[in-house]
Amino acid sequence: MALREVALSPQRALAAKLCVNHLSMVFTRDGKSTPVLQDITLEVSEGEFVCLVGPSGCGKSTLLNAIGGLLAPTAGTVFIDNEAVRGPDPRRIFVFQERGVFPWLTVEGNIAFGLFKLSRSEREERVAHYVKMVGLQGFEEAYPSELSGGMKQRLEVARALAVNPDMLYLDEPFGALDSITRHIMRGELLRIWETERKTIVFVTHDIDEAVQLADRVVILSARPAAIQRIVNIDISHPRDISSPRYLELRDGILQQIGLAHKI
Amino acid sequence: MGLLVRLRPIAFIGTLLVLWQVAVSLNPVHILPSPWGVMRGIVDLLHHGLLFKYVVASLFRVSWGFSLAAILAIPLGLAIGWYQRANMALHPLVQVFRPISPLAWIPLAILWFGVGDAASIFLIFLGSFFPLLLTAINAVRNIPAVYISAGRNFGLRPVDLIFRVLYPSVVPQLLIGLRITLGVAWLVVVAAEMIAVDSGLGFLIVDARNAGNRYDLVVAGMMIIGLIGLLLDTGMRSLENMKSFRWAYSED
Amino acid sequence: MNSLAEPKSWEKVFWPVAAATLLLAVWHYSVRWTATSIFPSPLQVEKGIVELFHKHVLWQDIVSSLRRVVIGFGAATVVGVPLGLSLGWYPAANQVVNPVMQILRPISPIAWIPVAIIFFGVGEYAAIFLIFLGAFFPIVVACVNGVSNVPSVYRRAGRNFGLAPSQLLAKVVFPAALPQIIVGLRLALGIAWLVVVAAEMVAVDSGLGYLVIDSRNSGKRYDLVVAAMLIIGVIGLALDLGIRRLETIKSIRWGFGNGS
Repeated sequence: MALREVALSPQRALAAKLCVNHLSMVFTRDGKSTPVLQDITLEVSEGEFVCLVGPSGCGKSTLLNAIGGLLAPTAGTVFIDNEAVRGPDPRRIFVFQERGVFPWLTVEGNIAFGLFKLSRSEREERVAHYVKMVGLQGFEEAYPSELSGGMKQRLEVARALAVNPDMLYLDEPFGALDSITRHIMRGELLRIWETERKTIVFVTHDIDEAVQLADRVVILSARPAAIQRIVNIDISHPRDISSPRYLELRDGILQQIGLAHKI
Repeated sequence: MGLLVRLRPIAFIGTLLVLWQVAVSLNPVHILPSPWGVMRGIVDLLHHGLLFKYVVASLFRVSWGFSLAAILAIPLGLAIGWYQRANMALHPLVQVFRPISPLAWIPLAILWFGVGDAASIFLIFLGSFFPLLLTAINAVRNIPAVYISAGRNFGLRPVDLIFRVLYPSVVPQLLIGLRITLGVAWLVVVAAEMIAVDSGLGFLIVDARNAGNRYDLVVAGMMIIGLIGLLLDTGMRSLENMKSFRWAYSED
Repeated sequence: MNSLAEPKSWEKVFWPVAAATLLLAVWHYSVRWTATSIFPSPLQVEKGIVELFHKHVLWQDIVSSLRRVVIGFGAATVVGVPLGLSLGWYPAANQVVNPVMQILRPISPIAWIPVAIIFFGVGEYAAIFLIFLGAFFPIVVACVNGVSNVPSVYRRAGRNFGLAPSQLLAKVVFPAALPQIIVGLRLALGIAWLVVVAAEMVAVDSGLGYLVIDSRNSGKRYDLVVAAMLIIGVIGLALDLGIRRLETIKSIRWGFGNGS
């Protein structure tokens, strides 16, 4: 895939899909200003899976919101395909844990939410496809309040994928799930990523999760967040989570953020 | 067993009615009506065609005042809640006007509209307008930010954002506000009719007392007011139970 | 919330003042342009307020209205909260009493005026009785709902720690229901303030409601009418703010959503 890109248009392949350029963010409230992000520069290439990790409250989600255009940065710019981001865009969809599903719409209604430009038959086809992909058959007419946390999470992922975005932004999407569901969801996300090759930016505080999923892990420092280190995860999928290389990479990251790997 | 349990409330009402009847027959003054007397009073009103006429008059005023208030207050409140600066500007004003009892407006209502339907519709309008305005403002401000973000993320134009995200997320709160406010409107219409007009259930009560101490008609009027109020409340509640709104009440 | 930029601190003062000024200006000029001699301008109302303060009747009226509200609302709280808690605690009793409550509740307290006058005669007690009625039902309903909405985990946890039923009610159910009860109290106080004005217009000859109707009837002093209305609004606002402070007490605040 990458080779074909190079062959078709060399300049574009050289430019990153997402480029965060000296981004800083300062929150001002009641006359007090708190720096949250400090001079973040980061490039993500097409089809790449990047995880942002860091201590809780460090500003990971703020960074993701700024990348997605939901927050305006104090300084610096975010470029996507060499175009400055000025606001949210349906080509790049956010997934907010399970909190983003609309409680007043059924499963079908939620998945169809972003498909208002399609014809009725196309829309129905698309909805049925994604209902099946995330395994919610039989729940098409159910409201989110009737679903479990894991089902709501899958629903929100399906709603995001249904509009066929180039990029997905996931903000601790599996944080609220139990460990078994979380494990299954990671597998599903990887499967979807491998078939559809979206560019994914994934925020998590779970280092194991990051090492299992990402091509690269971006480690942020405590607030104000700055990039501490970027780690390449050079293990091919499916990943053996008891292999020496996996443990080495994970422990390296744990050490980097100052956590001993013995309890 | 199940039937017995279900009969208990009826037995309780029956006991209260018997106690009432006994208390009245023991009381030598005979100014208070017995339950039986109240029943005869209601029949009497039906015979003269007054009951229907007064109920319609009261409902007419409530529907006009309440609907006008809803039509104006809800869009205005949604807009004020949405624009932070509008909210900052107008919230204090609303806070001062809201606690003025609508009945304190009676002199001004009569001055502007004369004695009659328009004045009492105006009072009901006032009594409903401010609570609805505040409900709408708060409903918008309580929308979880993720819903707005998600809506914008899917590329909705502002108009679509209003109809597909803003509106469905505020409806449940608005319905509760409408139900409570309808109760207030019903309270105000009775008061307004006692002071400012010459028809309706409130007028019935005052008139029955002033013209010959017909306390059976007074209590009959009260019962009918209670019954209609209950029907209005039940009607609004059944809206809240509609499936597409129920999400808001089922969770936490 | 929808805009990305937070408003500056000066705007918090500027916008309310601007809106109030605009309203006063519109009022002032519409009185001037229509050349009405009946409806007062803001300046006349301001003079009316000063006049009321100087005549000393105002204080008496305010005190009478507040006294009635405090007694009526207080009695409704003292009777209504225990009753509502017990009805919520014993669903069987609630099932029996509920239909009667449902019929009595929507009867406007104002409709009770003739009955109140039979029982208590024209005067203080009749007015207090009406306020009591207006506040009583919202309080009972809020308590019943508050108790029956307490999640059963809390009760189970309480029982697990070996609390006796009375302790369970006092230490678990009551605190858990408190946020909803306070919402009910606030609603009831608002209604009480609405009813006191109505009652004073009909059933007694003192208080702010009487001041409104009397200013109109004796000499069409509409400046005093509007002045009295504003005073009613300000006191009602003060009452509401006072009871709202209860909601911000830390041990209660958990029940009021974080709003986000």
